[in-house]
Amino acid sequence: MPAANGVLVVAETERGGLAPISAELLGVGRTLAEVLGGTLTAAVLGSGVAEAASALGELGADVVLLADSPALGEPGVEAALEALTPLVTQEAPDILLLGHTPDMRELAARLAFRLGTGLTTDCTALRVEDGVLVMTKPVYGGSANAEFTVPRARPQMATLRPRAFRPAVSDPSHHAEVRHVPVEVGAAVRSRVVETVREEATTGPSLKNAKAVVSGGRGLGGPENWHYVEELAASLGAAVGATRAVTDAGWVPPGLQVGLTGVTITPDLYVAVGVSGAVQHIAGCSGSRNIVAINKDPDANIFKHARFGVVGDYKQIVPPLAARIKELKR
Amino acid sequence: MNIIVTIKQVPDPDIPPIHFKVDEAAGKVVPPPGVAPVMNGYDANALEAALKLKEAHGGRVTAITLGGQEARDTLKRAVAMGADAAVLIDDPNLREGDSFTTATALARAIEKVGEYDLILCGRQASDTDAGQVPLGLGEILGLPTISPVIAIESTNGGVKAHRMIEDGQQVIEAQLPAVMAVSSEIGEPRYPPLRGIMMAGRTQIPVWTAADLGLDDGSAAPKVQLRRLYIESREQACELVDGDTPEEIAAALAQKLREAKLI
Repeated sequence: MPAANGVLVVAETERGGLAPISAELLGVGRTLAEVLGGTLTAAVLGSGVAEAASALGELGADVVLLADSPALGEPGVEAALEALTPLVTQEAPDILLLGHTPDMRELAARLAFRLGTGLTTDCTALRVEDGVLVMTKPVYGGSANAEFTVPRARPQMATLRPRAFRPAVSDPSHHAEVRHVPVEVGAAVRSRVVETVREEATTGPSLKNAKAVVSGGRGLGGPENWHYVEELAASLGAAVGATRAVTDAGWVPPGLQVGLTGVTITPDLYVAVGVSGAVQHIAGCSGSRNIVAINKDPDANIFKHARFGVVGDYKQIVPPLAARIKELKR
Repeated sequence: MNIIVTIKQVPDPDIPPIHFKVDEAAGKVVPPPGVAPVMNGYDANALEAALKLKEAHGGRVTAITLGGQEARDTLKRAVAMGADAAVLIDDPNLREGDSFTTATALARAIEKVGEYDLILCGRQASDTDAGQVPLGLGEILGLPTISPVIAIESTNGGVKAHRMIEDGQQVIEAQLPAVMAVSSEIGEPRYPPLRGIMMAGRTQIPVWTAADLGLDDGSAAPKVQLRRLYIESREQACELVDGDTPEEIAAALAQKLREAKLI
């Protein structure tokens, strides 16, 4: 067993600041580093990300490795992979954590193969047992949990499901030692992003961080009935989500998918309209504090996860419900 | 355009939660009687994308799977859908592997198949939900890799892929050969036509062992070990809200939400 070299987390930035996953990485990273008795290091890669370094210190990092280069501001993970591989080899951490976000999960898998080590993706719990990292992840669409270890290879790598871990709390008096990491990105570019198409922001709050979400499933019958979901969401001030069946059918954009291969959300209130509750969908919404299900099938799986349920025709329930909620909110 | 599609046979992901059982000691799923394993859904999407490219541009589609003899059924389905050839990698030393084992074996098999322009994989398998194999293939073979992909267009000497990102999509140009991990938005897989099913019955499927792939030296040994597989019930008692009219039900539910301080 190699000497414990602590925990390295790869922070993520968005629009110049830290993405929420960064605080979640440092939260669990700190716990693991304390058990192992090693340091907690955060690496941040990007272009113009120097300000993130102090924020990472306030979130508890002992050391911040800052790789700041215009090459790292390009879309895609090629440059980040080139920069991160030698950095991780040199730091030789015992544990390496990244977010299970679109770019980072790609980066993590490719890095694991480059380093010849083991990775567990989409983890929902991490603990150290007998000096080894035990990584828990949902499998079979969320029907079961699996615990994995990486017995020999190092670092032990994991990607963290967003919003599954408690974020570190910022302490303005805590400072990290900041080290600048030289970036040499010279690999031949074999693929390049020629266009980025952003979906129009829907009105109302964003799905990821909304306190309330109303989702629609195949039980709505067709896209012409989607307005029921929007009407209820508007009454609650909620964001709108959908099941994979609905996004695959093209009723709404893929970005609205709640579930295993979509967004994982943890709102206070989740209202599922015409959603059967396939395990793959539950995987994305089971962190909701309160689930309300409206479905005409009393045996629908969604009722097993709901706090409140209505067995009935959503077309009859939703309009008076939206009206009543508006009255109560006045 | 010659395309290789990697395929995994998985337990039917639509097994209802009440029938989903695991054997904790063996670390395996116990499928309910009569429920046969199926082709992983995203792999079926990848195969469909490959068949569409073949129909538009010509070429061969080869399906490869790593699995036991029972995985033949899934390969036959691939041929029935329209794949020109199929290869089964079967070796007891590779069967209990991880993403590293699988990607290594598939990469060696792809090299053994030879000429290829594009490797299409499903973005993840519905059993492990890991999503590492396509990215690992790209690393081992040294090829550009794009994931997750929702549309593919052939261009002059290359390929253009639409990659899903959180709030939209990126259009990416890549040189060939390339690896792409396909998501379900690319399109529903076709049902095998009767003609295809008859053809699949006659198709010879070669079986390659670890030795055939130069992997009998343990170089594909797994990095990750399964320690425990278990079912964690998060079910809760649901309070059903009822009434004589929809208006009454709606008012009662709204009242419950108010009492729970949710509105």
